[in-house]
Amino acid sequence: MRASADAYLEVQRSAAFQEVRSRYRRFVVPAVIGFFAWYVAYVVTATTAPGLMARPVAGAVNVAMLAGLGQFLTTFLLTWAYARHARLRRDRAALDLRWTTQELTRTRGDAP
Amino acid sequence: MTGEHQTLALLLFSAFVAVTLGITTWVSRHRRGSAEEFYAGGRLFSPMENGFAIAGDYMSAASFLGISGLIALYGYDGMLYSVGFLVAWLVVLLLVAELVRNCGRFTLADVVAARMRERPVRIAAGTSSVTVSVLYLVAQMVGAGSLVALLLGGTGEAARTWTVIGVGALMVVYVSLGGMRATTWIQIVKAVLLLGGTVALTALVLVRFHGDVNRLLLTAAERSGHGEKFLAPGLIYGGDWTSRFDFISLGLALVLGTAGLPHILSRFYTVPTARAARRSVIWSIGLIGGFYLMTIVLGFGAAAIVGTGTVRESNAAGNTAVPLLALDLGGGADSTWGTVLFAVVAAVAFATILAVVAGITLASSASVAHDLYASLRRHDAEPRSEVAVARLAAVGVGAVAIALGLLARDLNVAFLVGLAFAVAASANLPVLLYALFWRRFTTRGAVWAVYGGLVPAVVLVLVSPVVSGSPAALFPGADFQYFPLQNPGLISIPLGFLAGWLGTVTSRETPDAARHAETEVRSLTGAGAV
Repeated sequence: MRASADAYLEVQRSAAFQEVRSRYRRFVVPAVIGFFAWYVAYVVTATTAPGLMARPVAGAVNVAMLAGLGQFLTTFLLTWAYARHARLRRDRAALDLRWTTQELTRTRGDAP
Repeated sequence: MTGEHQTLALLLFSAFVAVTLGITTWVSRHRRGSAEEFYAGGRLFSPMENGFAIAGDYMSAASFLGISGLIALYGYDGMLYSVGFLVAWLVVLLLVAELVRNCGRFTLADVVAARMRERPVRIAAGTSSVTVSVLYLVAQMVGAGSLVALLLGGTGEAARTWTVIGVGALMVVYVSLGGMRATTWIQIVKAVLLLGGTVALTALVLVRFHGDVNRLLLTAAERSGHGEKFLAPGLIYGGDWTSRFDFISLGLALVLGTAGLPHILSRFYTVPTARAARRSVIWSIGLIGGFYLMTIVLGFGAAAIVGTGTVRESNAAGNTAVPLLALDLGGGADSTWGTVLFAVVAAVAFATILAVVAGITLASSASVAHDLYASLRRHDAEPRSEVAVARLAAVGVGAVAIALGLLARDLNVAFLVGLAFAVAASANLPVLLYALFWRRFTTRGAVWAVYGGLVPAVVLVLVSPVVSGSPAALFPGADFQYFPLQNPGLISIPLGFLAGWLGTVTSRETPDAARHAETEVRSLTGAGAV
C-alpha cells in the first residue's frame, strides 16, 4: 500500500500532471459558473419578472421563448466546446500519465 | 376509448415485452455470474450504445406525457421543466462522468469510499442511493397503474392492480436474470421506440402547420383561452411568492439532482474508458436535447390542434394530451390511422415505464448488495457471492416497489419525481463533488454530507403541503404542515453542502494526502481504472 501511495504522490507532484489538472480546471470552473449562473438567472427571471419575459420580439416569439431556446443552444454549444477541449488539450497527456503511473505503481512492488 | 385501441395497444406492448424477454434470455445464455458482468454489463458497450441507454434511462413517461401535457395546459411554464432536465447534463458532463468512470467500480459509494474509512461511508451512500431509487420507483409504478386506467379506459381497480404487479414482476425478471447487459439493451430498444414515436408525431404536427412554427404558437395561444399569456411564463408559477420559490427550488433540484441519480451514475461503468464515458454523455445530450425540443412542439401542438379545454376535460393533469394529439393527427377517433397512432403512443409509454423501472431496480440492487450488504454482514460470516445477493436484492426491491405502488395507487404522487431529484441533489451530489475535488475532505465530512442532505430533504417533505394541510395532499384530513414549499431542494441542497463542510472542519482526523493523491491522479488520468 505505501509503495503505490508514494507513486501516486510522485505523479501528483509532477509537472505533467499539474498541467493536465490545470487545463481541466481552467476550462471547467468558468464553464460551470457560467452555465449555472445563466440557468439560475433564467429560472429566477421567468418566475419573478413574467412581464419582461412576455415582451414580444417577432411574431409569436417573445423574450421568454428566445431565452428558453437559448438555454438549449448554450447547452449544445458548451457540450461541443468541452468535448473539443478535452480531445485536443487533455486526452493525450492524460493517457501518457496513465501508463507512467501504472508503470510506477507496478515497479514499486504492488499492483495498483 | 374503444376496444380497437385497447387491443392494438396491448398487441404492440406484448410485442415489446416479448422482444425484451428475448433479449434477456439471449444475453444470459453464457452467464458467468461475475460482478463485472452483472453490475456493468462487461464494460464493453460503445459510446453510442451507452448514449442511447442513458437517454432511455432518463426519458421517463413523466417527460413524454407529463411535460407535453403541462405545456398543453399551461403553455410556457411547462417548458421550464424541459430546460432544467437538459441543462442538468452539463453538470454530469463537466464534473462527474469521466472522473466517476475513472475512480469507481460499480456505485457512487466506490468513488467516495476510496479515500475514507470505508464502512460508514458505504452505509451512508448506500442508504441515500436506495432512498432515491425507491422514491423514483414508486412514482413510476403508480404512474404505470394510472396510465393503464387512462389510456385503456379500464378504470377498474383490478386492471390497475395487475398492471403494477405485472410491471414489478417483469422488471425483476429483466434485472435478476439479465443484469446490466439485458437492462442496457432494453433501454436502447426503448430509446429508439420513444424517439421514433416522438419524431413521427412532431413531423405530423409541423406538416399540419406547413412548417410555420409562428402560426403553431399563435393557434396554440388562441385555442388555449389564455391568449398571449400562454406563450410567457406565469400561468403556474406566477401566483404568489410561495409558488415562485417552489419553482426555483424544483429548478435547482432538477439541475443538480441528475448528477446524483444512482441509475445514471452506474451507466458510466458500462463503457471501457473515461473517454468513452464522455462520448456517451455527448450522445445522450444530443438525444435528450432533441427529445425535449420535440416535446415542446408536441405540447403546443396539442394545445393548438386538440385544444386546452379538451385536454383538461380528459385528464386534469394533462397526461392524455399526447395520446389525444396522436388520435387527431391520425385522422380522428374513428379512423384507422388515428387508432394506430394512439396505440403506438400507449405502447411506447408502457415500454418507457418498464425500461426506466428496470434501470432503477438494477442500480438499487447494486447499492444494496455492493454497499450495504458488503458493509453490514458479519466479517466471520461465509461471504456469499455478491451477485447472488444482488439478484435477491432485485427481487426484494421489486416486492417493496409493488407493495408501495399498490398502497399509494390512489394518492397524488406527482411530487415524488421532483423529490427523488431533490434527495439526489442534497445527499449524493455534495459528497461526490467534495470527494472528487476537496483535498481536506474527511470521513466525518462524507457521512455528514450524506445525512445532512438526506434527513432535511425527507423531513421537509413530511411537513410540506404535499403530505398534509391542503386538499391535494397525501393526507388531506390531517394538518402538520410547517414548511410552505412542495420541493425541499432550495433548503436541503445547501444544507447538504454545509454539513459536509462542517463535518470536515470539525473532525480531528487528518486527511490522508496519499489517498487524495490517488483519487486525484486516478480521476484525471484513468490510471488503475477497472
